[in-house]
Amino acid sequence: MFLALTMVFVFALAGCGSKSDNQQASETPKTTDNGNEKKEEPKPEEKKTQDTLVFGRGGDSVALDPAIVTDGESLKIGHQVFDSLLEYKEGETEVQPALAESWQVSPDGLKYTFKLRQGVKFHDGTDFNADAVVFNFKRWSDPKSEYKFTDDSFDYYDSMFGPDGSRVIKDVTAVDANTVEFTLTQPQAPFLQNIAMTCFGIASPTAIKEKKENFKNEPVGTGPFVFKEWKRNDSITLEKNPNYWKQGLPKLNKVIVRSIPDNSARFNALQNGEIDIMEDLNPDDLSVLESKSDLQKINRPSFNVAYLGFNLKKKPFDNVKVREALSHAVNKQGIIDAFFAGQAKPAVNPMPPTLWGYNDSIQDYDYNLDTAKKLLADAGYPNGLPDPVTFYAMPVSRPYMPDGKKVAEAIQADFEKIGVKVNIQSPEWATYLDDTKAGAKDDIYMMGWTGDNGDPDNFIYTLLDKDSIPGNNRSFYVNEDLHKVLIEAQKEVSQDKRVELYKQSQEMIKKDIPWIPLVHTTPILAAKANLKGYVPSPTGTEAYSNVYFE
Amino acid sequence: MSSYVLKRLLILIPVLIGMTIIVFSIIHAIPGDPAETILGQKATEQSKEALREQLGLNKPWLQQYGTYLGDLVKGDLGKSIRTKEPIAKEMLPYLAATLELTMTSMLFATFVGMNAGIISAWRQNSWFDYVIMVIALIGVSMPIFWLGLMEQWIFSIKLHWLPSIGRMDQRDPVESVTNLYIIDSIIAGRWDQLWTVIKHLVLPSIALGTIPMAVIARMTRSSMLEVMKSDFVRTAKAKGLSQFFVVYKHALKNASIPVLTVIGLQTGSLLGGAVLTETIFAWPGVGRYIFEAISSRDYPVIQSGILIIAFLFIVINLIVDLLYALIDPRIQYK
Amino acid sequence: MAEVTVNPSSSAAPVMEEVPGPWRDAWRAFRKNKTAMIGLFIIVVFIIIAVIAPAVAPFGYKDQQLMDRLKPPSSTHWFGTDDLGRDLFSRVLYGARISLWVGFFSVIASIIMGTALGIIAGYFGRWADMIISRLFDILLAFPSILLAIAIVAILGPSLQNALYAIAIVNIPTYGRLVRAKVLSLKNEEYITSARAIGMKNMRILISHILPNSLTPIIVQGTLGIATAIIEAAALGFLGLGAQPPEPEWGKMLSDSRQFIQKAPWTVVFPGVSIMLTVLGFNLLGDGLRDVLDPKMKN
Repeated sequence: MFLALTMVFVFALAGCGSKSDNQQASETPKTTDNGNEKKEEPKPEEKKTQDTLVFGRGGDSVALDPAIVTDGESLKIGHQVFDSLLEYKEGETEVQPALAESWQVSPDGLKYTFKLRQGVKFHDGTDFNADAVVFNFKRWSDPKSEYKFTDDSFDYYDSMFGPDGSRVIKDVTAVDANTVEFTLTQPQAPFLQNIAMTCFGIASPTAIKEKKENFKNEPVGTGPFVFKEWKRNDSITLEKNPNYWKQGLPKLNKVIVRSIPDNSARFNALQNGEIDIMEDLNPDDLSVLESKSDLQKINRPSFNVAYLGFNLKKKPFDNVKVREALSHAVNKQGIIDAFFAGQAKPAVNPMPPTLWGYNDSIQDYDYNLDTAKKLLADAGYPNGLPDPVTFYAMPVSRPYMPDGKKVAEAIQADFEKIGVKVNIQSPEWATYLDDTKAGAKDDIYMMGWTGDNGDPDNFIYTLLDKDSIPGNNRSFYVNEDLHKVLIEAQKEVSQDKRVELYKQSQEMIKKDIPWIPLVHTTPILAAKANLKGYVPSPTGTEAYSNVYFE
Repeated sequence: MSSYVLKRLLILIPVLIGMTIIVFSIIHAIPGDPAETILGQKATEQSKEALREQLGLNKPWLQQYGTYLGDLVKGDLGKSIRTKEPIAKEMLPYLAATLELTMTSMLFATFVGMNAGIISAWRQNSWFDYVIMVIALIGVSMPIFWLGLMEQWIFSIKLHWLPSIGRMDQRDPVESVTNLYIIDSIIAGRWDQLWTVIKHLVLPSIALGTIPMAVIARMTRSSMLEVMKSDFVRTAKAKGLSQFFVVYKHALKNASIPVLTVIGLQTGSLLGGAVLTETIFAWPGVGRYIFEAISSRDYPVIQSGILIIAFLFIVINLIVDLLYALIDPRIQYK
Repeated sequence: MAEVTVNPSSSAAPVMEEVPGPWRDAWRAFRKNKTAMIGLFIIVVFIIIAVIAPAVAPFGYKDQQLMDRLKPPSSTHWFGTDDLGRDLFSRVLYGARISLWVGFFSVIASIIMGTALGIIAGYFGRWADMIISRLFDILLAFPSILLAIAIVAILGPSLQNALYAIAIVNIPTYGRLVRAKVLSLKNEEYITSARAIGMKNMRILISHILPNSLTPIIVQGTLGIATAIIEAAALGFLGLGAQPPEPEWGKMLSDSRQFIQKAPWTVVFPGVSIMLTVLGFNLLGDGLRDVLDPKMKN
């Protein structure tokens, strides 16, 4: 009796609920219109081996056109949808053919001829050919291109091949349907390394022309996966490209890339089976991961640097004394012990020690608050800085910095001891990147970089040359001498001489202190034990084409 | 009755207009140049001017408001600065997610709250009554974001019973028709997904529904106690009707008026609380949509999100008011 | 804002002395009310904690010991430590200051503004009433936390701005209450006679209407502090209120939530503190209502 009455009551309530539902629906007319459309749904088939990968990561893409972005999260998706002319060997940074089958270099290093793979089609069915390559490079290099849309900039192109006015690539021409010729203004040692980068993935010209500004939301390339859907800050769905030019790949049928900002929530989702693999495990959770037999740990080769950058446009950080003072106030080892569970090394230089050209002889500024105070006094601030400093700390976990806000708080405490009051701010990731690029709001900022192509140029020139303003040089650091050295290193063909030039550049940077290099991390991925074929690249992005489940 | 409805609707007009004025003013209240605040200093004068044009910031205030109101009436909520998509279109799935969550929370709150209140009243001063009242007391004082975290800890992390984030299993999603996933999975006949959708709803609904549940339980109990003392319940008892029947049939109807008020009022806290619950449970609803817009300074989205929620709130209260009249014809409206 | 505070408190004080009888009765009834006494007890404890926090906290709220991070509760760290190696017990103690401060001052600000507007609306009527009442309706048409979020989104995230936002959002609660009280008193005999004697509007307001509105305001204000504390914690949780390293309870929760599996104490203690404080004010408010103003029930 009691039960029956409660049931009645429930239904009465359900009635109320649906009533308000109608009311609300009428205000948003599109919701219920096709509610009657019934579909004959086949009964779910018997489960074979899993062929959908759910990938969990810390942040969403900023845009899906890899040419207009610089952040790793966006490039990760770019790598699935696009191919470049060349690519890196799995797990390494050595180049190998991709959309280009072979290439030739002229003896003076000014002419590169690429023979393109035939029969490759873009996801929209149009042909990949020499014209498509030319179209893409013209789009990136011509500042007046009608396909350079409002507020977009091709930062990577400017950074790798020189800004407008000093472009390295003079001309790109289609010799025939399957041959492309690049003419350079000067030799560029890392040219092939650069061409292989994800950001120079070849996009379908037809799609760009049709979709215009919307292309960055609906990318079309030749890659192993076809873009399906983007729910912002939630997930990106990719489906198998059945016509992929690599035989038998991809092995997966579908990839869903979910953004789950909180590291531990992501790990919890992995433990509950909601995702199959995740990036940026909280080092604190490492012990838990190792204790679970149904999970595995995958180490990404360490190839990054995390740093605290000074905004040299802002006073008093234009004063090198102040920068030096603060360099003595960061306890790198303490931070590593506390937050990285042995998965990091203190950074001295703006590039990782595993990369050739690294300068071993440079000694780091030691952690000593007394020295810091003294230097601050020398700089004219005996009582510390008069105004609070705005410190931008990453809102999302990054491979080089799993929890930027916490590290920022640890640094904040030390800075306060030498009289530097700090306000930590963490706006949403896309805004964060825009703000630090503009350099108007931040005084100091935390950032990091994972090498894209295995050349020191991709760290030092990309991040600290004056050509990279505005862009990846978020410190607005300008040193003409350094610029000369870096340009020379780009043109130099002898490897030994290049090593010397990069070592020299690191000394100059050490003296000018545009950054406080913080750490080089070994990023951890955690995955289900039955997931196979995942080979992480040092560059931080890899195609999921070889991944499969047992 | 119809004149009452009409009158009730007329009263709404100034409130709705005021609401739009407040929401409209948000963008004007930003200190400094809104275009620069939104786009950042890197923005070229050209793109700032374009934004001013898009938001109408370069026209006189009254004209701007007129345009804004005109667009609203047409169902045009403007464009998101971040995604450049029309907000009305972009918000629909978020809105559906919020509706699904708030409605299940309210169902939970009402069902559990009313029944607990009734039994408490019926067994006044029993241990059951005490337990319920203590729970209700703690419930009204509960910071729901903390409750949500505790739920995740116990039921998801420790026990692995329920998923902690999201709306459904994304491996094999049901095609969205209404974006209300319960309905979607029923339409598609996907009972397996229906089950996971329900599982995903449990924790956030309880977190969001706890405060209304506690308030409703207390309210039901006190109004039931009063009604049960009244003559006609006593008469009914004397007539020998079964006790349950008495309690439910007669008392409930009379007690439902104040309870209905509470339900209407609690909808506000429910819609507000959705921001917090959605953040914790990574629930892709309007609350999270607004929250993300705040951190990316997407003011048109902030404006529209708030407006929609406030509008929902008003509509629900209107429905509650009308239900009064339906349930209790004794209430006369002049 | 400090200047304005003077008015109601100075007008309230003489009232208490003028009419000692009813207040003493109320206190007697209040002491018999168990829930109210429990509420009062909890609040007093937290007020004491807030006042003496610097003296009794074993560590500073921002003292980091990175080597001792995420340590479970022990004899040195009663509540354990957080992920920066800060003593959680000390941070929770200091947190009481922030929450109570925001609770009290935002409510006082709301009461002052709400009372002023309510009196103007109720006493002067006509278009003043028209405008103010509609304004209240409009403000109440927004879920309060959402409106607070919007205000903070405009002003920028900080504890101070969170306090302003909460104060603004809650104005209509008190405004409506006072307005209703004024309306019901306006035609009472003693007011009309006061007017007949030739008392000035202002004096009538201060000597008659204000004291009469006092009890509902006290009751509502006590419950309002509970709401304000939760709202401040919610804003802190969303990163829109207190900023690091301030030991605000809501902020502590959001900072520690990722350690819930490894170090649940970092999430349990700040949450319990919020809940207890809020419970205290709710119990006291309920009790006061029963004692001072039985009619106001429901």
